[in-house]
Amino acid sequence: MTAVPLNPPRRLVEFTLDGEPARVPEGSTILDACDAAGKDVPTLCYGDTLTPKNACRVCVVEVEGSRTLAPACSRKAEPGMEVRTDTERARHSRKIVLELLASAADLSTTPRVAEWIKEYEAKPDRFGEDAATLNDGPKVDNDLYVRDLDKCILCYKCVDACGEQWQNTFAISVAGRGFDARISVEHDGPLTESACVYCGNCIEVCPTGALSFKSEFDMRQAGTWDEERQTETTTVCAYCGVGCNLTLHVQDNEIVKVTSPHDNPVTHGNLCIKGRFGYQHVSSGKAT
Amino acid sequence: MDLRFGDSKPTDEEKAAVDELLGPPASAWEGADDRSTGDLRWALGGRDARERRDLLLPGLHAVNDRVGWISEGALSYLCRRLTVPPAEAYGVATFYSMFSMRPRPSKVVHVCTDIACAAAPGADAFRADVEQRLGPAGQARDGVVWEPSPCLGLCERAPAALAIRAGQGCPSAAGPGAGAAEAASAPSPNGANGSANGANGSGPASPGVAREDAYATAVVAPATAEAVEAAARAPQDAPGEPGAGLAVPQAGDPSLKLLSRIGVVDPESLDDYRAHGGYRALRRAFAIGPAAVLREVTDSGLVGRGGAAFPTGRKWQATAAQPDQPHYVVCNADESEPGTFKDRVLMEGDPYALIEAMTIAGYATGAHHGYLYLRGEYPRALRVLTGAIQQARARGLLGPDVLGQGYAFDIEIRRGAGAYICGEETALFNSLEGNRGEPRSKPPFPVEKGLFGKPTAANNVETLVNVLTVLELGAEAYAAIGTGKSTGPKLFCVSGSVERPGIYELPFGATLGELLSLAGVTGDLRAVLLGGAAGGFVRGDELDIPLTFEGTREAGTTLGSGVVLALDSSVPLPRILLRIAEFFRDESCGQCVPCRIGTVRQEEALGRLAERAGGPEAATDIALLREVGEAMRDASICGLGQTAWNAVESAIDRLGAYA
Repeated sequence: MTAVPLNPPRRLVEFTLDGEPARVPEGSTILDACDAAGKDVPTLCYGDTLTPKNACRVCVVEVEGSRTLAPACSRKAEPGMEVRTDTERARHSRKIVLELLASAADLSTTPRVAEWIKEYEAKPDRFGEDAATLNDGPKVDNDLYVRDLDKCILCYKCVDACGEQWQNTFAISVAGRGFDARISVEHDGPLTESACVYCGNCIEVCPTGALSFKSEFDMRQAGTWDEERQTETTTVCAYCGVGCNLTLHVQDNEIVKVTSPHDNPVTHGNLCIKGRFGYQHVSSGKAT
Repeated sequence: MDLRFGDSKPTDEEKAAVDELLGPPASAWEGADDRSTGDLRWALGGRDARERRDLLLPGLHAVNDRVGWISEGALSYLCRRLTVPPAEAYGVATFYSMFSMRPRPSKVVHVCTDIACAAAPGADAFRADVEQRLGPAGQARDGVVWEPSPCLGLCERAPAALAIRAGQGCPSAAGPGAGAAEAASAPSPNGANGSANGANGSGPASPGVAREDAYATAVVAPATAEAVEAAARAPQDAPGEPGAGLAVPQAGDPSLKLLSRIGVVDPESLDDYRAHGGYRALRRAFAIGPAAVLREVTDSGLVGRGGAAFPTGRKWQATAAQPDQPHYVVCNADESEPGTFKDRVLMEGDPYALIEAMTIAGYATGAHHGYLYLRGEYPRALRVLTGAIQQARARGLLGPDVLGQGYAFDIEIRRGAGAYICGEETALFNSLEGNRGEPRSKPPFPVEKGLFGKPTAANNVETLVNVLTVLELGAEAYAAIGTGKSTGPKLFCVSGSVERPGIYELPFGATLGELLSLAGVTGDLRAVLLGGAAGGFVRGDELDIPLTFEGTREAGTTLGSGVVLALDSSVPLPRILLRIAEFFRDESCGQCVPCRIGTVRQEEALGRLAERAGGPEAATDIALLREVGEAMRDASICGLGQTAWNAVESAIDRLGAYA
């Protein structure tokens, strides 16, 4: 059983959400309130283990009295606030954000995005055949994971996970500016010449599959990746005494990917190279 | 943090450039060649090692100014010195357009292709001629490379170019004091009326450096291709710039408040400044105390002149009231809005006024340290201000005991490096702190958590200079100038199709027609761009629009930073709109999706429209522009994305572009 840490009770904030009264603990975001009320607000750059960067702007909502739309993921609920999540204005911005992203990046492995594109009637191909795309191609420079920056939406989550919010390795950063901005190590070199420690915590938070296990990347290339056929087993990593939870994704009796539960109080979804990538010896038959 | 710096080594020159800024390395941990026994016992790390992150930008400048570009070895050495992860430093260095991470010649010339210069007669022929002489943009030829540049803030003398030659004796040591002494002690090359005026080819001559090898800059405006080529090849020999007073057609008019000293006093002489009323406002501030200064500024009705029109008194009071310490004053001199050059003229023509005003701001808000974030493309302002700060310090007008009143205040200049977005105040803080110049989300607002996370009053140059007038006249008399809601005098940057382009000072409430008749419209006025690229167009017949915040708002446009760019019918509007779109695409920081990709889609659509207006396809493109524009305005993080569609929208709706 997982121990759930209890926080001291917090005061409640009362505000109006889509015309209905809402009460959430002080410090909660509008998104928290939407989740509690069972409203489905799309998110891409939001991460449950990270401080919101509110860069993608797909979660925008209308706040009464505010000149612009507000990102639900990071705007805190304030007493008396009047929030509308489903107005024409908010839906329009979400639609355009989806169109812009899908016209520039490859969202084929982004969960739920196809559903949202349908829901918001977004037409990513309306910008014409000559619309600029990222056009980078996958970077395969090591045996553990692949950076397919064509799929990158620049959510900053990998940078935050690698840097001050979790790993403190600072191997990657956003380089360049505007449409030319890319996630990069210094001098845009290969990972093997960077400070990367291959903890894979960037893969854990990547919302689009731009960062993926080499095993997943290869299987997708070969057309053999099939999540329907995969099972997930959560266990405890045996490499050291910390006790990290591992979730092993198994397809055809082979481990194809390792994640960690985000609500695990030990890992918060983070692992080290051994937990993340050290599974290969299980399949090699030597670990008996 | 376990940093990995790689094996690249800096050259001796790169190392010297960094060491000149930071001093020699204290230990092998910081990159010293010899490892001492102490180094083996004590590791450098923790907060102390990291707290100099804000010197990253000056450090990048130091290398770029000395060598012309930033190599792997140089970046890695700088990272070692400052305990900064190389990936982050690379991210910062690649954010700014004035830095190059690839080898390039030491001589770079930035040729302005922005709206005011593009609207100047013969702009196409000029560019073609530059290309013929210097080769295609971005390609080095004969040790020179030229680059198209966003607005250089020299619109009154369009077309303009800025030549920079990397070398020794660069001013980038504008870190904490270093280099400032040198700059001040450099002999003024010209006589009384503006040693600050000529002196193109700035850069204090270091002893032992040949003049041909020293760092030099040259402003060429109005430019001919021939002059650009000459300045690019030998910036030290470029003819001097005209005095700042020449940008003020009203110079000497006794009714002027903000511009009263420009073209009248020697900008490099503190005595001249004092003889013309300088430091009266600060004396009054000390006499009435900080609370009364706050009251005066609030009662005057002064609002920010950078474009957002936020009440200055409220900003200062909110900063002063914060319990968190220390407080900071930041002067936003990153003037980059296309068509804006008022802050440059103020700084070049009356630098002590800004220093005095910042001191008053510090006194009122309880700050002891002021940062002046200056645009990287303003070499003369940098030189003049560096000298002025040095003088003020030497005369006890800055330092531990200002005017003997027991109040400590000092100012540090930090240079931008080519990024429009850094004019957004929170992006400016990030840039100053050594991070990428990306805007932060608000709240929290700067008065609460600003520079280094501390309460900060950030003001534009023109706003600060207005404070002197407020204190000299008193709040009541100041508020009597202008209209009820827009008080005081206002500076307008008039350029384009006018006889006398320049900075004009008028009380709020004058109409667009009155302003343009002062400047003398040439040709048939088709349109006027108000507020720069982030502003909006009005028709040439809308001359009775009152130039106030409320008047322009009522007329469905904006005053912005005070740009008034007149366009006659010879100027091809679709090309100007395309240039505006290119500007926003280039300058978007890339943080949020609506702006990062929206500005690209906007440019693509305007490119198509420039080729073929009319027809059903054009209507589709205009509809697309509207939809994308609306999302940029509603959902972008900061003002850049929110306003990126304004000018284009106004051109379509008001001027009937593409109709």
